Amino acid sequence: MLDLVWLIPVFPLMGFLTLICIGRKTGEPASGWLATSAMAGSFLSSLIVFVGMLSEESENRQTVFTLFDWIPAGDFQVEIGFLADPLSLTMCLFITGVGTLIHLYSIGYMHGDPNFSRFFTYLNLFSFSMLILVLGDNLLLTFLGWEGVGACSYLLISFWFSDPANATAGKKAFITNRVGDWGFMIAMFLIFFNVGSLQYLEIFDLIGSNEIAQTTTTFIVLMLFIGAVGKSAQFPLYLWLPDAMAGPTPVSALIHAATMVTSGVYLLIRVNPIMVEASSWSTGLIAWVGAGTALFAASIAVAQTDIKKVLAYSTVSQLGYMVLAVGCGAYTAAIFHMVTHAFFKALLFLGAGSVIHGMNGEQDLRRYGGLRSLMPVTAGTFIIGWLAIAGVPPFAGFWSKDEILAFAWDKNPVLWFIGLFTALLTAFYMTRQVILTFFGEPRYSNDSDADEIQPHESPRTMTFPLIVLAFLSVVGGLIQLPFSSSTKWLEHWLEPAMFHNETHLHLSGLTLWVLALLAIISVGVGIFVGISTYLKEKIDKQIFEKPILENAWHFDSTVSKIMGGPGFQAFEAITKFDKKVIDGAVDGTGQFVKRTASLLRLSQNGLVRTYALGIGVGAVGLLIWFLLRTTI
Amino acid sequence: MTSLLATASSATFPVLPALLVVPSAGALFILFLPRTRKDLIKLTALIFSTTTGALSLWLLSEFDSDSQSGMFQFVSRQSWISDFGISWSFGVDGISLFLIILTGLLFPIAFFAVDPEHNERSYFAWMLLLEAGVMGVFCALDLILFFLCFEVVLVPMYFLISRWGHGNRAYAATKFFLFTMAGSALMLVGIITVAFLHAKNLGSPVTFDLIQIAESQTIAQGTARWLFLTFALAFAVKIPIFPLHTWLPDAHTEAPTAGSVILAGVLLKLGTYGLLRFGLYLFPEASHFFAPVFLTLGVVGIIYGAVVAAMQKDLKRLVAYSSIAHLGFIVLGTFALNTEALQGSVLQMVNHGISTGALFLLVGMIYERRHTRQIDELGGLQHSAPLMAAFFTVVMLSSIGLPGLNGFVGEFLILLGTFTAHRWWAVIATIGVVLAALYLLWAYQRVFHGPVEKENAEVADLKTKETLVLLPLLALIVFLGIYPKPVLNRMENSVKALVVHIEEHVSEFEEPVNRYSQGEINSKESEKGHD
Repeated sequence: MLDLVWLIPVFPLMGFLTLICIGRKTGEPASGWLATSAMAGSFLSSLIVFVGMLSEESENRQTVFTLFDWIPAGDFQVEIGFLADPLSLTMCLFITGVGTLIHLYSIGYMHGDPNFSRFFTYLNLFSFSMLILVLGDNLLLTFLGWEGVGACSYLLISFWFSDPANATAGKKAFITNRVGDWGFMIAMFLIFFNVGSLQYLEIFDLIGSNEIAQTTTTFIVLMLFIGAVGKSAQFPLYLWLPDAMAGPTPVSALIHAATMVTSGVYLLIRVNPIMVEASSWSTGLIAWVGAGTALFAASIAVAQTDIKKVLAYSTVSQLGYMVLAVGCGAYTAAIFHMVTHAFFKALLFLGAGSVIHGMNGEQDLRRYGGLRSLMPVTAGTFIIGWLAIAGVPPFAGFWSKDEILAFAWDKNPVLWFIGLFTALLTAFYMTRQVILTFFGEPRYSNDSDADEIQPHESPRTMTFPLIVLAFLSVVGGLIQLPFSSSTKWLEHWLEPAMFHNETHLHLSGLTLWVLALLAIISVGVGIFVGISTYLKEKIDKQIFEKPILENAWHFDSTVSKIMGGPGFQAFEAITKFDKKVIDGAVDGTGQFVKRTASLLRLSQNGLVRTYALGIGVGAVGLLIWFLLRTTI
Repeated sequence: MTSLLATASSATFPVLPALLVVPSAGALFILFLPRTRKDLIKLTALIFSTTTGALSLWLLSEFDSDSQSGMFQFVSRQSWISDFGISWSFGVDGISLFLIILTGLLFPIAFFAVDPEHNERSYFAWMLLLEAGVMGVFCALDLILFFLCFEVVLVPMYFLISRWGHGNRAYAATKFFLFTMAGSALMLVGIITVAFLHAKNLGSPVTFDLIQIAESQTIAQGTARWLFLTFALAFAVKIPIFPLHTWLPDAHTEAPTAGSVILAGVLLKLGTYGLLRFGLYLFPEASHFFAPVFLTLGVVGIIYGAVVAAMQKDLKRLVAYSSIAHLGFIVLGTFALNTEALQGSVLQMVNHGISTGALFLLVGMIYERRHTRQIDELGGLQHSAPLMAAFFTVVMLSSIGLPGLNGFVGEFLILLGTFTAHRWWAVIATIGVVLAALYLLWAYQRVFHGPVEKENAEVADLKTKETLVLLPLLALIVFLGIYPKPVLNRMENSVKALVVHIEEHVSEFEEPVNRYSQGEINSKESEKGHD
């Protein structure tokens, strides 16, 4: 059944092509259902392949399925082919699973939009690209998916393009990602130069060769990491992600939380045989960037007032955890967190979308309040999402975060402490968000002249996905429980794709228990402070909501200032140089010729005596010259 | 000797001369049509150009891609001025094949898409003459014949710009003409010197036959380097290579839409093709010697073109400067001197023709509707013309080099090959990929996104005819992005032959290949076997 792997991306591709041809006619809601069934078909195919893979022995759980030659040129050969192994299949399962739910949700959310069909066309194209990214059996095909999801992200962020801010956000996302792609491309060149192939299995076979210096592999890893920093929104290229919230909320859930932004992490895990050959400072750097980003973004999330911005910075922060795990060599932990995060962050975004939907587009937390009774399903599921992301046992997020923290402790206690403090902040800002939205007094009808907002629960196409995701956020941790080797199902499952390259914990059971306990305590503190500040209002919220945090440490604005100021001026100076100096030289030459010509033209005045004079002077001159020559 | 080098074609029909004769005959025929029968004139032009296109496609089907030698096919020779060894000599290999097809396809599309505003008869006559000249450049195997065609192209283009152009057209046309004329004047001296030196060194009668001269390589190293420069200057102006580029934005902007399409799509390739055929092939040693200069200029072009493009206020000028960046990639790939980069370069020539051709068509469609190309006077067009926006998006993404579309394949191969040969140049050139996204997305945002106001709200969406014009280009953009193999395979042997030719004639040169192909890297398993 592994041969059916090609079916997984074919479904959304067919959906996309069908919608391109007849989308305008099918309209609402048929286009939405068509796209959703395409995703459901893809999910079913993933399940079938998954069952098929389970029935194989673990060493047979790796198949390459080649479709056709893509780019053959000289020594360079690359195919369109799929690598089906536990890693790619895990990705497929949650991409198509969560993807189907978000497609379904969008049918309700995008109701009434004049470009309903176009939205689903893009969504299907995105899903197709994302599946190509994870299934590609070579780096270049992964890069195709990588750029494809980037382009779809661009199209969907600027979906409501009338507002220049949305259009700018889309452009910013694409260009920032391209900066990362520069690294990805250089990494591919380096790999091809050294091993003559971009196919994963061939690279893995050759990369450990003695002939390839560690400096080379280190550079490859660093360049791939630059790509991952762009896609997975790590410091300093995270800048595009908060702005990307300009897109419709299902897009934020699918692309900018659950799937696309994890592809940088996926890429680094996919090439784990290269990672282990690289020198330890490079993986250390990855861990530190991850931890730093996690803390940095969490601190900003504390003071955001836009419900989606909070979740955006939270996503950056959670991606930081995953990158930290990758840097520690804890690949299973990273995937584990990626999966649970896909569940609860998709849930939170969709919940936020449901709130925004019910509040006529209002996104400001300060204008919510007391929505619990008016939106019971949204509130209930959002609260589950809150407990999951905060890391309250036994919800999914607790298990995955706990595992990452254990590896961080093993690598460097400082990393662990940063992770722990981030967990505290996470619990705090999520508590803040939940209370401001669902508890307390309503704050939305304060101003009398504004349109009366009547918060209401969302339709069933929207609440059903919330319920499913809430369920998954509760039980998601079951796939990898730390109690004994046999409960670590995910680790065993992923083993064939890890080639025994994973770091193993050297911690005693007691240490693990203590670490877990400390994590629970810090989460408790976070939630407690959150409740005291926002529900009971015993602590002044100004203590936490510092302007510098609200302005994201002024990093974004500083970068914008440099780009718009000196950067723009440099571009302008070069353009001026082109006009004045280079083209000026050309026109100058033309002018010079013209002027010389007009001077020479003076001699052609048509007067016979001038010509005669010229002949005379010339003849005399020649005569003198000859005489001088002969006498000397 | 020549019969050994050129594989005899199975086809008896002289298809290559026909590629020149058909459009020339068309040009002549049109002159006899009554001036007022505009439709008839256009139909005639379409028939002749479509026939030429069909001939080029027939060439594709008959082309022997398995020919291991990679040498010229469909060779046909007719003595012309025998006293000086000048002949009508044509041939096609995997390098010129796709440029011929590109020419054969772009002309009918440009004819179909755009009607001239006045003087239809002379417009189409000049256009057909232009096509004949371009075909001649791509097929010629005789240096004089090549030079003639290379120069003939200037005349129709001059008139197309100066008579049917916009705004400052007289200035642009004159600049274009003088610039390229000055560039190629020295080449004629170069050509004659090459032929006479070759004859003198061999003690044989004078010949201008490209294959004979290139294969025997009798000219002394120092002289050959100087002669190479006379050719290179002509091509550098034509491509154009920084800093000889300033005729291009003016010519592109002021030319009528069809003129810009042909100029960008085909004429610029005369220069890059010339570098391959009359640079690398004719002067392998000098090409290798001067490669660092051209690599550097290529990289400068990539970055510089992109930066200046970003700051343009006129949409057509922006596309023109983007061409400078794209052509920089082709120059880079040419002088990397390995198979991957060279294949990438040839493919990029075709891709750039398709994408930039489509881009100019779209800009022309916007201009027709709004009578302005000023970016800040446009805005929100996606509201009023969603289909046009969709086409523009795809073409733009192809130009940015999005994988899955055609532009990426060529660009990637060029960068990959260049990295193998000269890594730092490739590392810097790759920045161009970031910049391409910058200037194109920014332009797209200002033209298509944002709120729609006043005249922009009344812009009509694509008409059926316009959709029909763009669809084949769009299909090629997608097809070549996903399945470039048919093109790459057909050119591979010729490109390899060119590299081998350089290796044979340059003692210190060996094709830069990756370490695995050099045999430096062995798998872990085989190492364990040694233990």
